Amino acid sequence: MGRFVARRLLQMIPVFLGTTALIFFMVHLLPGDPLAALWGDKAPDPVQLAALKHQQGLDQPLLQQYLSYMGNLLTGDFGTSLDGRPVLDKITDALPVTVRLALFAFAIEIVVGIAIGLFSGLRRGKLFDKGTLVLTLLLIAIPVPVLGFVVQTVFGQNLKWVTPTVQDSNDITQLVLPAVVLGSLSLAYVARLTRTSIAENIKADYVRTAVAKGLPRRKVIGTHLLRNSMIPVVTYLGTDLGNLMAGAIVTEGIFNVQGVGHALYQAINMKEGATVSGFVAFLVLVYLAAGLIVDLLYAVLDPRIRYA
Amino acid sequence: MTTVIENNQKNDRLEVGTPLLEVKDLHVEFHTRDGIAKAVNGVNYSVAAGETLAVLGESGSGKSVTAQTIMGILDMPPGKVTQGQILFRGQDMLTMGNEERRKIRGQKIAMIFQDALSALNPVLSVGYQLGEMFRVHQGASKKEAKEKAIELMDRVRIPAARQRVNDYPHQFSGGMRQRIMIAMALSLQPDLIIADEPTTALDVTVQAQVMDLLAELQAEYNMGLILITHDLGVVADVADKIAVMYAGRIVETAPVHELYANPAHPYTKGLLRSIPRLDQKGQELYAIKGLPPNLLKVPAGCAFNPRCDVATDLCRTEIPALHHVTDKDGKELTGRRSACHLWKETLHG
Repeated sequence: MGRFVARRLLQMIPVFLGTTALIFFMVHLLPGDPLAALWGDKAPDPVQLAALKHQQGLDQPLLQQYLSYMGNLLTGDFGTSLDGRPVLDKITDALPVTVRLALFAFAIEIVVGIAIGLFSGLRRGKLFDKGTLVLTLLLIAIPVPVLGFVVQTVFGQNLKWVTPTVQDSNDITQLVLPAVVLGSLSLAYVARLTRTSIAENIKADYVRTAVAKGLPRRKVIGTHLLRNSMIPVVTYLGTDLGNLMAGAIVTEGIFNVQGVGHALYQAINMKEGATVSGFVAFLVLVYLAAGLIVDLLYAVLDPRIRYA
Repeated sequence: MTTVIENNQKNDRLEVGTPLLEVKDLHVEFHTRDGIAKAVNGVNYSVAAGETLAVLGESGSGKSVTAQTIMGILDMPPGKVTQGQILFRGQDMLTMGNEERRKIRGQKIAMIFQDALSALNPVLSVGYQLGEMFRVHQGASKKEAKEKAIELMDRVRIPAARQRVNDYPHQFSGGMRQRIMIAMALSLQPDLIIADEPTTALDVTVQAQVMDLLAELQAEYNMGLILITHDLGVVADVADKIAVMYAGRIVETAPVHELYANPAHPYTKGLLRSIPRLDQKGQELYAIKGLPPNLLKVPAGCAFNPRCDVATDLCRTEIPALHHVTDKDGKELTGRRSACHLWKETLHG
């Protein structure tokens, strides 16, 4: 177990280096010059531009730039964005908002998704089950931006239950609508996965044993059926936590949430290499950590799994 | 050390020989896409306290379906009981409410399944699964339940029970797992145990140990036992009487030794001939020709007729009744029945 965790942590190092390198070089491949853009529509003054470039270290060879960036990163210096703010400041501002939004969406998809999946799995072929299949298919088919705009229009503009966009990103009650939109796709997958898993396991011999033991239905389902059925669902949920952080980029744009997605979007538009790389490096870390946690959770759910 | 079972000594324990369970004219059907499969067609049998009934038959003969119907664990749908009664201590279980039925399961009638590996929950420790019986039915605390689980594991002779109580099913050997199944079935000292092929998944030496254990515990607590099997070897030592099933019907019943000595149905005869024997070393082993019938289209008349060596025209048209069987002098043989038009020829022939 300890060795397994140590090995997984060591494996994270090359993954982390690889992804940050990819992002760093990809940002440089974007067309346009971020510094020249500071002059807006006017032609930049060549002397000033050269001075700025030198100041930012952008006149050095790309590999040199990358190495010094990575060197700084290892000492915890994420660099400075073009507006003079340290990138780390931007991250610590935006990250809590996105984490909150993603966790909110995560909670919704777990609670609602598993509940729906459980009920339709138990009533396979009945009306509720058929309804679930159609609705989840619909959710999977609708692109998130479309769903976001529809929800925004209906609840924000027509019914006026909430403001169409988020006014204060730190107010959790304002995040309900974005969280529902963000979690909806995964909710559909979770519901379907749970349904299939339940419908399959309900025929398992150990469930029959549980009935033969004279256990009440509640215990048969809660103790014996549900736990076994959660194994594939947890696999999905683990990879999904990272996806939610990334998916938040679109949702945050629609609802004007000042999170990682918002900051990253702006940074990409401005072609700020340091900011983009910094944010992505952080997201990569979150993704890797979530994966590790899920792998460890397996052992809790299924004692047959051993780490070697 | 006092065992769990002594501590739980019930005062309503029945005398040996009191009728415990009676299955009367039971019919079970399965509604499938291809039609209606009649899995059980008018089965009658009874078990008394302390008695062992072996139900013998090939796959698809309806022996397991009957057991599942008694236990109330038949999947419905597609299964459906269309006719009959299952009387447990005189009460028809088929007309009982769900809750009443549930309280009989595990407490009064318990079941041992064939494959303990899949019948035990893979993600719960055996201690939890054993203790659950006491927690649910007797309101025991977690700690008490665990102690009782350890006692039970000791009782079925699992070595180092205290150290192994938190282990999971996959960490035990096949024989040990089946012992755990037996312990689970015995935990509340039921009146009746239904063992559905309890040793089929085990190797031969372990089979004998598990059967001995089961027979010993049954005798000790005066339980009725229904032993479902296709293995004639397993039956001989432990059973009092045998019911042979074919295509959803009982074709022969007899006290165990009489059936072995002198079968009254060609199917039973065929089964007995297909047991390998040392004195026939080197000879080809007999096999009943053909295959068990498809339950969607059971042959007209006696269901066994296409595979029977002695079948007549009567056998192809008329379903034989379960005749009382008499000896050569016309004296009725107690407990012996045969559903063959030609039982006389078969028995005395």
